[in-house]
Amino acid sequence: MGSKRVYSICAMCTGRCPIVVDVEDNEVEHIWGNPYLLGGYNLCPRGAAGKTLLNDSERPKTPLIRDGERGSGKWRSVSWDEALDYVADNLKKVIDNYGAKSVVLSDRGGAITEFEKAFIAAIGSPNYFNHHATCSNSIHNAHLSVAGLARNGVTYDYKNAKYLVSFGRNLLESLVTGEAKNVIDMIENGGKLVQVDVRWNYTAAKADRFFMINPGTDYALALALIHVIIRDSLYDVDFVQRWTVGFDELSNFVKPYTPEFAEKETGISAADIVKLAHDVGNAKPSVIFHLGWMTAWYSNDFYLRRAICSLNALLGTYEAKGGLIINKGPGSLGKPLKSLLSQIPKSNEPRFDGCGTKYPHLSGQWGLAQELASVLLTDEPYPVRAYIAFRHDPLASLPDPDYIRSAYKKLDLLVSIDINFSETGWFSDVILPEDTYLERTDHVIARNGSKPGYILRQAAVQRRFDTRPRSWIFKELANRLGVGQYFPYNNIEELIAWQLDGTGYSLEDFNEKGYIDLVDKPIMWDRVDGLKFKTPSGKIEFISKKLEDVGVPSFIPYEKPIELKPGRFRLVTSKCALHTQGRTTSNNKLLNEYVSENHIYIHEDRANELGIKEGDLLEVENEGEKQHIKSKLTKYIHPDVAFMLHGFGDDVPLRTRSYGRGASDIRLQKGLAKVAIGGNCPYTECTVSIKKIK
Amino acid sequence: MGKYYIFQDQKRCIGCYACELHCKTKNNAPEGAKLCRIVPTGPQVVKGVPRMHFVFMPCFHCEKPWCVYACPTGAMIKRSKDGIVYVKEDLCIGCKNCITACPWGVPQWNSEKGKVMKCDYCMDRIDQGLQPACVTGCTTGALKFISPSEASQVKREKFAKDISPLKK
Repeated sequence: MGSKRVYSICAMCTGRCPIVVDVEDNEVEHIWGNPYLLGGYNLCPRGAAGKTLLNDSERPKTPLIRDGERGSGKWRSVSWDEALDYVADNLKKVIDNYGAKSVVLSDRGGAITEFEKAFIAAIGSPNYFNHHATCSNSIHNAHLSVAGLARNGVTYDYKNAKYLVSFGRNLLESLVTGEAKNVIDMIENGGKLVQVDVRWNYTAAKADRFFMINPGTDYALALALIHVIIRDSLYDVDFVQRWTVGFDELSNFVKPYTPEFAEKETGISAADIVKLAHDVGNAKPSVIFHLGWMTAWYSNDFYLRRAICSLNALLGTYEAKGGLIINKGPGSLGKPLKSLLSQIPKSNEPRFDGCGTKYPHLSGQWGLAQELASVLLTDEPYPVRAYIAFRHDPLASLPDPDYIRSAYKKLDLLVSIDINFSETGWFSDVILPEDTYLERTDHVIARNGSKPGYILRQAAVQRRFDTRPRSWIFKELANRLGVGQYFPYNNIEELIAWQLDGTGYSLEDFNEKGYIDLVDKPIMWDRVDGLKFKTPSGKIEFISKKLEDVGVPSFIPYEKPIELKPGRFRLVTSKCALHTQGRTTSNNKLLNEYVSENHIYIHEDRANELGIKEGDLLEVENEGEKQHIKSKLTKYIHPDVAFMLHGFGDDVPLRTRSYGRGASDIRLQKGLAKVAIGGNCPYTECTVSIKKIK
Repeated sequence: MGKYYIFQDQKRCIGCYACELHCKTKNNAPEGAKLCRIVPTGPQVVKGVPRMHFVFMPCFHCEKPWCVYACPTGAMIKRSKDGIVYVKEDLCIGCKNCITACPWGVPQWNSEKGKVMKCDYCMDRIDQGLQPACVTGCTTGALKFISPSEASQVKREKFAKDISPLKK
């Protein structure tokens, strides 16, 4: 182990695992999991490979200003002063001509988002949004409507769960270290994992039961489970009476959705559905129906997620041992962190993306990334002319990137702030290179959970190139736009002291373990009197008046998925343990050695019909878009499904390891950069044809 | 005498390759060199679900290491105090005899140095009272660095629990 240990937070994916970095002579010797929080030095392969990111020269090393057409790859290396002046001058022009609301900013979301949120608010724009349109928007909005809780407003008590039912959440491959470890602990303790998916994967391989469901029919399964749980009185009567509204309406609504009905739709036998309902009924309340992680699946996903939330409520899993524990923050103990954002007057302007107006039921907290393109093209509800994409790569994550790119052409200013040459960066006017997570200290964040506290990302080594931390970049931009007073610090240490003011803690308190616990024992609210659901009724709302008042029904009938035309496949994508959002990991030297391209998995019977053998180069087509990718054949995928890993088909030539490797799923997802009722892009409604390249 | 053994708990292993990545970063193994390996086998249907078996392959640190006998320069050494088989890099001439000799393909080619490198259980860590990087970093804690007799005991206990009619 090195001569210095620095506790910090990983940033190789959005899991933000707590880490400890061993450092020797300003070099990272090794990155481990934080043993105090993970029960060992365990850390997933992406986290381990973070060491390679630090000295990688295939990332932007200085600020860059475009020196040719957008996307031409011609850049001029400039000083920070020149780059920041350029950005500020062009932002001023847009603000003068169109108003502050014409500047929009996005990030990937998460907990470390104060600087960018403060910046966009400080200049007077309401238009912060994040990547969740292509991730968790539908579960976020569904959980808010049912329980008044954010998607991440609960923590899953896996270790004590007796039953974990996952609708396609690939917990052991699209993995977060602590979560995967806890799920394995649950299995070792005798807990049962039930995996429902359209393809077998390594999570299914560990499951007690695996159900290969017909694609797009998950909602029928969820409704049938509710049907049986109510019909056979398997629900938690006390919890339902005390903490829910609309039980009778829910009971009536699910009457037609018998197990026999669901069998026809899902392909899962009625007997299996009844057995599962009884199994979870007997195990209640130590049951988890996982709400989902990336839930940008179908147009009706909002209702699937509402049904999954309802299953948890019926079984009384909220605030139960082995269930869904409602997160408590430091604020609940009277020790909130001071927030930059709360010092800034809120804009009264409507949002560009229609959250709260065109889409009255959708939260503007995360916004609608997919709407920017149509707003740019139509100037409705108003013109947007400047966009700052901060550690967010919409051109590598939103469906149909050519369409998105064509809309971005209308921007007067496109800025990318990132550690990577992202696809969006490649098309932008200015790239402001950020320090990697190993080189920078961020603001303190609240650890929300049953043991509230604080945690901090801290620089482990000095920066390698002419990059800067976000705390400095946004302050410098704010200074140039005359709103520097909202960034009341000269360096990160001052900001941290300001944040912690009144809590009785200081920066030094993070040295020992990397985090601060405010309590010794987990806080569990009283299940009779103490639960706090932030809905209008203070209860779980099967029937939501708030939704219905704006014309959104609480329930919608199950509808069959859009029919699959003969010869076509439904395109399904996911991640693996070695790669996450591709632009963080695909060009990583170590991870690229393991998985340098993606493959398309199809059922061997379908492959036989098409004369396709393992390893053949295939052409995958949708609406004129063609991608080339090698085949893998399997028995354990639904015959209607073609599967590939997301995040490949890199277009940025400076990323030499991943450039041109594999196929892009998003390019095939033509026309799906649209807003489904949950605020999600309905990714999985993409269908493709597949043929062998002669 | 070989003192150590890496026990792999199949129930906990998820085939994520964290062991390999921790090994590679710890030992600065260049592209192509993998001092330990996870070899996925399967899927095969057992009790209705397709299962995987992820075989963990570090060096076995044999009592009679063929690689040591095959090495013409004395670069491949079995450490007397604990049986760790390792490469003394400055003596290695890159003849690859050890690669030929090892029945399990354990010695790896370091293309950057033109020498052989292999799993030495992270000997420098062992000497500091730590455990090999693969074991320490494993995502789910599926690997355990124990003695061969302890491994036998762990296996027996697991088997006994599995067959016991008295489930917890």
